[in-house]
Amino acid sequence: MSSERDRDRDRDQVLGMDEVAAVIARDIPAGAFVNLGIGQPTKVADHLPAELGVVLHTENGMLGIGPKAEGPDVDPDLTNAGKVPVTELPGAAYFHHADSFAMMRGGHLDVCVLGAYQVSERGDLANWHTGRPDDIPAVGGAMDLAIGAKSVYVMMSLFTKSGTPKLVPHCTYPLTGVGCVTRVYTELASFDLRPDGVHVRETYGTTLAALRARLDVELR
Amino acid sequence: MLETTDEAVAGIEDGSTILVGGFGLAGMPFDLIDALIRQGAKELTIVSNNAGNGDVGLAALLAAGRVRKVLCSFPRQVDSYVFDALYRAGKVELEVVPQGNLAERIRAAGAGIGAFYCPTAVGTPLAEGKELRTIDGRDYLLEYPIKGDYALIAAHKADPMGNLVYRKTARNFGPVMATAATTTVVQVDEVVPLGALDPEAVVTPSIYVDRVVPVTSRQYTVQGAR
Repeated sequence: MSSERDRDRDRDQVLGMDEVAAVIARDIPAGAFVNLGIGQPTKVADHLPAELGVVLHTENGMLGIGPKAEGPDVDPDLTNAGKVPVTELPGAAYFHHADSFAMMRGGHLDVCVLGAYQVSERGDLANWHTGRPDDIPAVGGAMDLAIGAKSVYVMMSLFTKSGTPKLVPHCTYPLTGVGCVTRVYTELASFDLRPDGVHVRETYGTTLAALRARLDVELR
Repeated sequence: MLETTDEAVAGIEDGSTILVGGFGLAGMPFDLIDALIRQGAKELTIVSNNAGNGDVGLAALLAAGRVRKVLCSFPRQVDSYVFDALYRAGKVELEVVPQGNLAERIRAAGAGIGAFYCPTAVGTPLAEGKELRTIDGRDYLLEYPIKGDYALIAAHKADPMGNLVYRKTARNFGPVMATAATTTVVQVDEVVPLGALDPEAVVTPSIYVDRVVPVTSRQYTVQGAR
């Protein structure tokens, strides 16, 4: 781990979400099998060079998912988990839903990248339900992914629009999984969640001291 | 092998549990659902990944007031307004099941498994009421099979025996649902002659398939790509 000052120098500017996606892509090992969650995490695909040989999994039943389909390439039978039309890459494979989730649960998927409402310092994830009584609960594959992939990366803003931290001592939103998140990537910093606590990997346009002042979790 | 979708859904009784294939619109057996609406069975329990999109398919069945309960993983979508309104009015019951558990519970039903322990949802609100067991230091929940009276699925091609192949991600729940219902009903884009399907490439073997109906007109498109 680099020194505190080194980490503060990592990036001068607060990152946009597209840059956060690029940081995540940089940390994905060559040849990994990766699932990108619906929404922001799909941006990570834009930063994975083909020569890295990363194979993208989509839980509706495919490995080797290619870029979003446009115009004549749109095929109603070929979508990603967000139901967006996509393309297939050479070497792609299709399989049914039970096989697709067995791949996660069975420990075959190297990384998944998910969004979150909250992550706790011990790696609990809340990303499926606000818990509001008028909110219709919808979980999809979030709980299966959270406990299935070998490494679970969360991509989120570090604070809500009203400034409340989303990296917290304990999640107040309903949980998706317990102790499952390994890394958190945000516009201000990236974090490793380890058994001994939260380690700051890098900061972007802020300092460790400033983060310590704004977060209720102990940062190492 | 049947000629009309109306014949294919004949005999479905009120109160039946029906497994409906599809993920969003891909693999959704629209023509069978339309026939089910005409057939008139009500008080149905629908097991499917979603709870209808727009005004077609499951949304149309819901709008017709035929569904008592929906068991699915992801009811809330940008265009699930039919379900949303019924749910908020208390007119349809909802059981949310994690997507992988939905698939595995259906698979278990088709494979004669009495129940199984699964790590998904441990420590979450969806674990409530489920037996927790620690095996080799990891926590699991006891999950029971989901069996259907009928499965309505869409496949790409069938041969006259009922062997099936699917197309791309439209495969999704089809192969597991086909195994888990008393009567499995399949709409296909095309029926090919016996021997025309490569036995090595058959995805759903005929033993799981009871009724097949070819449907020539494709009624669906991709969300956002109309």
